[in-house]
Amino acid sequence: MKNVQIQKRANKSLPFFFRDEFRVSLVIILISVALLITTFTFDVVPPILNRGIQPATFPKALLVLIIVMTLLIYYLATKNPWKVEKKLPRSFFLTLSSFVIFVVVSKTLDFFLAISALSIFVSYCWGEKRLFYLLLVGIIFPIIVFIFFETILGLRFPPGIITNIYYS
Amino acid sequence: MDNLLLMLAPLFSSKLLLVLFFGTLFGLILGVLPGLGPTTGGALILPFTMTLDPLSAIVLLTSIYCAGTYGGAITAVLINTPGTPAAAATCLDGYPLAQKGEAGRALGMATVSSTAGGIFSVVILVFFAPILAQLAYEFGQPEYFALAIFGLTMLASIGEGSPIKNLIAGAFGILISTVGKDFMTSIDRFTFGINELTEGIGFIPVVVGLFAMSEMLTQSTLINQVFNRIALKAIKLPSKDDYKKTWKTILRSSGIGSFIGVLPAEGGTVASLIGYSEAKRFSKNPEEFGKGSIEGIAGAEAANNAATGGAMVPTLALGIPGSATTAVILTGLIIHGVRPGPDLFREQPDFLYGIFGAMLIANILFFIFGFFGAKIFARITLVPNKILWPMIFAVSVCGTYSLNQSIIDVWIMLFFGVLGFFMRRYGFSVVPVIIGLILGELVEGTLRQSLVIFDGNWLMFFTRPIALTFFILSLIALAFPLIRSRKLKKNYD
Repeated sequence: MKNVQIQKRANKSLPFFFRDEFRVSLVIILISVALLITTFTFDVVPPILNRGIQPATFPKALLVLIIVMTLLIYYLATKNPWKVEKKLPRSFFLTLSSFVIFVVVSKTLDFFLAISALSIFVSYCWGEKRLFYLLLVGIIFPIIVFIFFETILGLRFPPGIITNIYYS
Repeated sequence: MDNLLLMLAPLFSSKLLLVLFFGTLFGLILGVLPGLGPTTGGALILPFTMTLDPLSAIVLLTSIYCAGTYGGAITAVLINTPGTPAAAATCLDGYPLAQKGEAGRALGMATVSSTAGGIFSVVILVFFAPILAQLAYEFGQPEYFALAIFGLTMLASIGEGSPIKNLIAGAFGILISTVGKDFMTSIDRFTFGINELTEGIGFIPVVVGLFAMSEMLTQSTLINQVFNRIALKAIKLPSKDDYKKTWKTILRSSGIGSFIGVLPAEGGTVASLIGYSEAKRFSKNPEEFGKGSIEGIAGAEAANNAATGGAMVPTLALGIPGSATTAVILTGLIIHGVRPGPDLFREQPDFLYGIFGAMLIANILFFIFGFFGAKIFARITLVPNKILWPMIFAVSVCGTYSLNQSIIDVWIMLFFGVLGFFMRRYGFSVVPVIIGLILGELVEGTLRQSLVIFDGNWLMFFTRPIALTFFILSLIALAFPLIRSRKLKKNYD
């Protein structure tokens, strides 16, 4: 409890644009406004076919509601600041970047290779240096999962360097 | 009477018994592993249920739900980390009691009270779900709209954390459900020219992303965390004295848990916190709470397991999920072509009572597994995260891909994983997103159809007594957090 109060005091001492409540609220509002603008590009149903409300009306109402509630949480946070979150460690950013690598590899090279690469990369970044365990999580286990899904569910994985060899 | 006999059907089917056995075992493993749980596990196993008949599939999911909710207590008692959020309150007294060298007694009480709470809630389910389903015959589109709104406002009222943040998350969930072709006019919404989005965003990628992938990112921030493990010799059944001390608490918490479970919110998590605080309020020894009180463990565990049956009541009777895990079960029902609602009770009683019976058996099974195997299950937590999470990633990716064989679904899952991480970091619960997503189509569909019936006159909603009642209840639900915080402030001053 005491720690939270200290963290809250620390947050209050920051300029408003550095505070989490401001940044989070700003991001939500910016995204909501962008989506709200998008709703104006939705096709409009001619009155003769329109049953009830236009397709854009409901998402518009939701987005306005989200913006209003976000302003409300920001207003409340000015009175009762959020606690300052600890800085994210390097391992988090490495894991996050592995997601990006996964998307790139699965799109360009191979789905299985992407799973394998991410598993080895994450396991290594989280501190696993033993080769056997790296092979276990990066090769042996994905092969088991791959075969399991393929045989039990009859799943066909997307084409790629390794999957093409397997299927041919 | 016939219906009650139908409940025994799973006992006479070797296939269902096998499904129950594996479901309970898998649920226990999921519950024991911190960060995983019945919601993620259910979502991951959903593609495999396609190989089963509808009853076996739902029995598998419900047994995972029951056992997973209990499994969290094992880690809560032994390593002071709740295996599932619903076991958070169990840590408060379970771990201190284990530190005193009474881990076996703590886990014994957790096992007995979980089983009692679970069985109590199945009884509630058997008696109340048909009544609610009967009432649902009176519901038209406006009533369903008002009911869905009530469900969403309950998220603000009894969800964890800030009520407004919960409402934002719920509204965001509904917004996700609007992506794709509008079901009434076939007009594209938020598709941004991506063909794959015209079918909308699937439930599984969102659930796996928000639960499993966001948890993987959370675990990446905790890789240096060290757990203080307490060795367990064997589970002990509670003594006569313990039963004497706790039977009222177990009964009270079972009632609380079942009631909270019926309301669409974070089911077990909220139920266990309320169950725990009520146990403290009624206890003759409130000063023992937080220091290893056996009543504290009983209060929390009976309540969170009682929420399982409670949460199934609106799921089966109305098609409105009572928790995130029942949202997964609801998806399972829909995938298998079963439409929850009053007609289900009339047309397929064997299916429904089979589920009820399976839940009852699952509660007995996890008692047996927990009692004799807790020591083994506790060892699962020794699997290091650096091995476990890359494996979970592989299963999550393949599981998400398998439903539609779409790589876009996998990317959506990763996107929601990152989003879920930041939501949790800044105090936004991810459960309302799930509930919002599953209720989204119902909310919009019933609203638009009601407006067609009312010829666009919004005020007509208030001429329908049932709808009006739900709107009033929604207002009360919205006002409740405000009243509660004022009352707390007054008491504090």
